[in-house]
Amino acid sequence: MGVYITLVLIDLITIINPQLIRWTIDQGIGTGDDSLLTLAVGGLLALILIKGVLTYYQGLWTEVASQSVAYDLRNALQRKITELSFSFHDQAEAGDLLSRAIQDVERVRFLTGRAIFRIIESVFLMIITAGVMIWMNPQLGLLAVLSMPLLIMRSIHFGRIFRPLSLQIQKQLAVLTTRVEQNLRGVRVVKTFAQEEAEIERFARENRKWYELSALSAKMQSNHMPLLNLIANLSSVVILLYGGTLVINQALTLGELVAFTTYVAQIVTPVRYLGMVLPAITIAGASAERVFEILDTAPLVTDEPDAPDLVVERGEVVFENVAFAYGRQAGVLKDISFVAKPRQVIALLGATGSGKTSVVNLIPRFYDPTAGRITIDGRDIHTVSLNSLRSQIGMVLQETTLFAASIRENLAFGRPQATQLEIETAAKDAQAHEFIMQLPDGYDTEVGERGRTLSGGQKQRLAIARALLTDPRILILDDATSSVDSETEHLIQVALERVMQGRTTFVIAHRLSTVHSADLILVLDKGRIAARGRHAELLQSSTLYAGIYHQQLKLGSARLETAKSGVTL
Amino acid sequence: MSFGIGVSGAGMGPRGAMESFAEGNGQRGQVYNPRVVRRMLVYLRPYTKMMALAFVAMLADSALTLLAPYLLKVTVDTYIAQGDQAGLVHISLWTAGTFSGIYLANRTQQYLLSLVGQRMLANIRRDLFYHLQELSLRYHDTHIVGVTVSRVMNDVATINDLLSQGIITLLGDVFVLAGIIVVMLTMNLQLALLTFTVLPLMLLVTLWFSRRARVAFRETRTSVAKVVGGLAEDIAGVRVIQAFGQEDTSQENFSAVNAVNRQANISAMSLSFIFLPAIEFLGILATAIVLWFGGRAVGTGTVTLGVLVAFLAYVTRFFNPVQELSRMFTTLQTAMAGGEQVVKLLDTVPDVLDQPEAIELTDVVGGVKFEHVSFRYRPELPEVLHDVCLEIQPGQTVALVGPTGAGKTSLGNLIARFYDVTAGAVLIDGIDVRTVKQRQLHRQIGLVPQDAFLFSGTIADNIRFGCPAATAEAVERAAKLANAHEFITAKPEGYETRIQEGASNLSVGQRQLVCIARAILTDPRILILDEATSNVDSLTESLIQDALRKLLQARTAVVIAHRLSTIRNADLICVVQDGQIVEQGKHQALLARAGVYAALYQRQFAE
Ligand SMILES: Nc1ncnc2c1ncn2[C@@H]1O[C@H](COP(=O)(O)OP(=O)(O)OP(=O)(O)O)[C@@H](O)[C@H]1O
Ligand SMILES: Nc1ncnc2c1ncn2[C@@H]1O[C@H](COP(=O)(O)OP(=O)(O)OP(=O)(O)O)[C@@H](O)[C@H]1O
Ligand SMILES: [Mg+2]
Ligand SMILES: [Mg+2]
Repeated sequence: MGVYITLVLIDLITIINPQLIRWTIDQGIGTGDDSLLTLAVGGLLALILIKGVLTYYQGLWTEVASQSVAYDLRNALQRKITELSFSFHDQAEAGDLLSRAIQDVERVRFLTGRAIFRIIESVFLMIITAGVMIWMNPQLGLLAVLSMPLLIMRSIHFGRIFRPLSLQIQKQLAVLTTRVEQNLRGVRVVKTFAQEEAEIERFARENRKWYELSALSAKMQSNHMPLLNLIANLSSVVILLYGGTLVINQALTLGELVAFTTYVAQIVTPVRYLGMVLPAITIAGASAERVFEILDTAPLVTDEPDAPDLVVERGEVVFENVAFAYGRQAGVLKDISFVAKPRQVIALLGATGSGKTSVVNLIPRFYDPTAGRITIDGRDIHTVSLNSLRSQIGMVLQETTLFAASIRENLAFGRPQATQLEIETAAKDAQAHEFIMQLPDGYDTEVGERGRTLSGGQKQRLAIARALLTDPRILILDDATSSVDSETEHLIQVALERVMQGRTTFVIAHRLSTVHSADLILVLDKGRIAARGRHAELLQSSTLYAGIYHQQLKLGSARLETAKSGVTL
Repeated sequence: MSFGIGVSGAGMGPRGAMESFAEGNGQRGQVYNPRVVRRMLVYLRPYTKMMALAFVAMLADSALTLLAPYLLKVTVDTYIAQGDQAGLVHISLWTAGTFSGIYLANRTQQYLLSLVGQRMLANIRRDLFYHLQELSLRYHDTHIVGVTVSRVMNDVATINDLLSQGIITLLGDVFVLAGIIVVMLTMNLQLALLTFTVLPLMLLVTLWFSRRARVAFRETRTSVAKVVGGLAEDIAGVRVIQAFGQEDTSQENFSAVNAVNRQANISAMSLSFIFLPAIEFLGILATAIVLWFGGRAVGTGTVTLGVLVAFLAYVTRFFNPVQELSRMFTTLQTAMAGGEQVVKLLDTVPDVLDQPEAIELTDVVGGVKFEHVSFRYRPELPEVLHDVCLEIQPGQTVALVGPTGAGKTSLGNLIARFYDVTAGAVLIDGIDVRTVKQRQLHRQIGLVPQDAFLFSGTIADNIRFGCPAATAEAVERAAKLANAHEFITAKPEGYETRIQEGASNLSVGQRQLVCIARAILTDPRILILDEATSNVDSLTESLIQDALRKLLQARTAVVIAHRLSTIRNADLICVVQDGQIVEQGKHQALLARAGVYAALYQRQFAE
């Protein structure tokens, strides 16, 4: 509201100033009376000062408003992005999301500031002027006003035909963003394969596409405003021609005609502004569409209304005839049933792509099963709140993701309020403390984006410590020690046995030394449980398991005779 | 004046100090940074003709625009007032013609300008991208992807206005200003000089503004980059965020960065909300001066009223372009700040560079030698490798084992010269890798990195990455060797399956298989497998090994692994510990030593 008042006042001053100058010339000069002149000059300066202050506040307020729109939109987008389920992120491209959150939001913002007020102002001015002209001379007035709908229609039409192109350009920008982003993330691979030139060529191709689209838009846009001006100008020529004829025929006074042309000139400014802004609105509309496309996406995995919190007491996890498929593809898991008793260590073993990760991803409801159900302590995980479910599960994902922050922040990620002592204890259990202390800044060492400045095994140990720190009732280790040497792994296992007492642990591993002591080993084959039991039982009952076993021990058995004592098979 | 934006050095983390670009360079805040403009003008050079044409169009536009009011005046004064109907029609046609001319000139000008602008953006982006390919891993290690993306996409976009529209407007306005100054001076020297007394004031205000604006607008570039960086990281880490139920924390963190960006923009813009009224005030001050002095002069009869009125009109006209220019100032400042970041990125010197007389490296036999190699990733970090000596014969398969963080991956990185050694030398066939062309070196080496990165695109595209020309048969052969064929053909779209963001639709082991296929396809002389099968089951692994054994007969291979079954075929096993090779030899000999290797071995096979 304040903005609108300032707007009116600013307009008022803008109108008054020339009048004041004219008045000064008419009244103050030539009379020899300097005081009137001084007064007028003083008034002029005072008015402009007031206008300056008003302009400042108006600018500030509109800027705050429009920046807040961008701020809110970006927050909403980020919130949405962190809330959307895995299946969304499996498909979405980071570069595309980024380009929506940055470039598209910026376009929307551009319109929400001054633009709205200017539009209101322009429409207002146009209507008033049109009214005055028609009132002065209906015939000529109507003729003058005739060009207005033409101009507006032309603008709207332009916006309409321009919008698809503009949407295409936005999309192409997103493609460019994705290309840059992918290239930077895969920079090691690019260098390894000496594919810099191919990458440059690939980028250049998309870049060229963007350029061609932009050139097309330049062509369309460069025609728009000049054409509007031409229409407005030609209409003033018509008025002059027709009005002039009227004057010649004594149907109109010359003064009236001159006044009329002034009004016609006056009406051009708001019309021009609208002509500029209307297409901009459609462009912003295209951008807004892209923004809301994300905001309106519903997460696939959601809480049921009033879902109660889950309290894990015993930690019994039961899969009952669970089946699962990603999207519309063929089933990945079929008929998975097992009982993980409290305190047990459950190991999942199986060939690459057999579905181990898919099984454990169902426990924290990263995805929902397509059939069957999963219960924890007898409660269907579908019926409890997501937050309570996940907060009691500690997870080390197969792919280690660390954040560009200090080691301390990374470790405390799941429990930001953890004390240094707790952090250190978790790090010690994960065998990470030692190497952390060797780093120049210890726990305050920055690890770089995705932990790029750490070795593979160091990253994994941090991920384990991060999960342990949340003191989970159920711990899931998805190939969590694949990059850790056996010695260190053994130490981690010993620590885990102590820490995970009374909790349920799921372990996925390929190294048999990691899984052989588990209470229950599930051997997966193509999405089904092919065998289950303890190590000794499986050696007897499962040829698949025995095969893996012998494969891994080939090295050992072949050299057994020469090996030193202590190596038992 | 201090530039507290962006902490320099190795700082990382979008929420911490990540802006490694802004090394607090000693430039003062100035109206414009000549270095940036000079660098950017280079991009304009190829389009001098188009720009000249645009300028001509602008002149025509201005001339016709001046003519139009005159024609209207003549219409009213001469034809309508005198009742000349035929003349009225005649002159109306002329006027319409003039307006059409304006339309054409205006349209041409706008078209050319935006065409040049867009083409320049495309060229700058192309060069940036090119430059990013040249930069070494040390750069990429310490820079947030999202921030660099923001440089290429957002900062470049800001330059457009400066270079195309800005320059023409500037030229045009300067012409108009010069003309008016001349007219005013000839009309009344005294009054003109009095009017111009506000000019130094204006200059002062402009200087004040631009000094502050420079800082403020630079801040906006940094803050938006942080927004991009933060969001990019949240997207990349979304699975962890959800697994740990930290959506709220991440939202808080992001909205903090976001709020800083909002405030930075508001602060920058509010400066211009002071600046514009200030300039307007000075313009009116000039009018007031003319009124007051001129008014009194008219009173005393030294100046005629007509001159005064004309003068007032000129003063207004004079300050119009001035205001126009100052309105452009914020655009210019944004462009300048954006251009600065772009130039800084373009000027970052890659630290691993081809020597000017770098040798062509062809027909590698495959001998690799480390000669007293010491290495640290960055000067401020501790040494990772200490005085490593190792000789690998052509055709040998060498295994690197040892505790995590010992330096195995680093050794591999040095063979490919991703980093330069701190001391000593790495030789391939007796040639120091620093003396050969990097890309040729890389072509001889096939590396399967520890983190299995795949690009979005089809599976076939990814396997083909190292040699885009490979046939479908070759791709399939490589996939079969890597034991990936089976799972690929099990997918509904087979080799044409699109790999989604983060390769999320492949299991981690499957990604590793694709990476192996990708490396095999390039038929490298030296193959480095860095934990290439760590997420692959042993059965599959042994199948790959059997396949590779044939392939690797005449090739040098470096195999890094923790699972000892992976390295059972090695000719030589090196145990790396704390940045040194502490044991080397064959399996049996190492076991007999009862050292580090024997301990690892027992741990893995003991029950
Ligand atoms: N890009 C980097 N920048 C800085 N330091 C690094 C970087 N990469 C590795 N390091 C450090 O160098 C040391 C050796 O790391 P390297 O990756 O060579 O170990 P590794 O033997 O391969 O271990 P792992 O078996 O866990 O993969 C580690 O302490 C690690 O933190
Ligand atoms: N997000 C996804 N979208 C589509 N398909 C997927 C997705 N994730 C996995 N798959 C497919 O589902 C199957 C099982 O994958 P999963 O990740 O569960 O295997 P895994 O047993 O964990 O293998 P690995 O040992 O290699 O980690 C694979 O064929 C894989 O290609
Ligand atoms: Mg998996
Ligand atoms: Mg490594």
